[in-house]
Amino acid sequence: MADFDQELDASGLNCPLPILRAKKALSALDSGKVLRVVSTDPGSVKDFEAFSKQTGNELMESGEEAGKFVFMIKKA
Amino acid sequence: MSDDKKLAIIATKGTLDWGYPPFILASTAAALGYETQIFFTFYGLQLLKKDLDLKVSPLGNPGMPMPMGMDKWFPVLGTTLPGMESMMSSMMKKKMASKGVASLEELRELCSEAEVKMVACQMTVDLFDFSPSDFVDDIEYGGAATFFEFAGESDICLFI
Repeated sequence: MADFDQELDASGLNCPLPILRAKKALSALDSGKVLRVVSTDPGSVKDFEAFSKQTGNELMESGEEAGKFVFMIKKA
Repeated sequence: MSDDKKLAIIATKGTLDWGYPPFILASTAAALGYETQIFFTFYGLQLLKKDLDLKVSPLGNPGMPMPMGMDKWFPVLGTTLPGMESMMSSMMKKKMASKGVASLEELRELCSEAEVKMVACQMTVDLFDFSPSDFVDDIEYGGAATFFEFAGESDICLFI
């Protein structure tokens, strides 16, 4: 996994909370910084793709780690 | 005028289950950059109350899954028993909490933070003798024309 500037643990949270928390965390970051999000909601895999497409924040990586979903999102 | 996409929602239902779609969609749309407005009318006004005490009813709701397969064999008349609605509501709330689903209060708060505009229908506020003191603070009041001012410019318009 690449480097990141901030991490958000959204484990145990269900739709739409992982997206809302990620949006909030990204708002506090400068452009180009990377947010790592950890989630247990299977729906978040598709949702983060859709979030990235619609907001322009790049989804650099999307994968699984130790049974959890991990996303790397670069602030636009 | 901004170039943001716009979502207009009319919220007309005041039960626990029907309270979720407006707040989930509005908060998510706001996170995606939509300018969002919810117009609360009739029973939807319950969603603006300071103290949310919403119920979900198994009565007349045959699609509602019930514990222990009760929805398969439990007589419809049984769902009218006193205390049934409170019991099902509290079970539903517990189930939601255990699955990490946000409470309605939390979602409403997230909508406020994301500057979702919430408008209470003045006519139904008067009809039911509600007072502004019954409702959360950061809302506005308006009528059908107020709704269309925003909805007419919207990209998505939902009646819930």
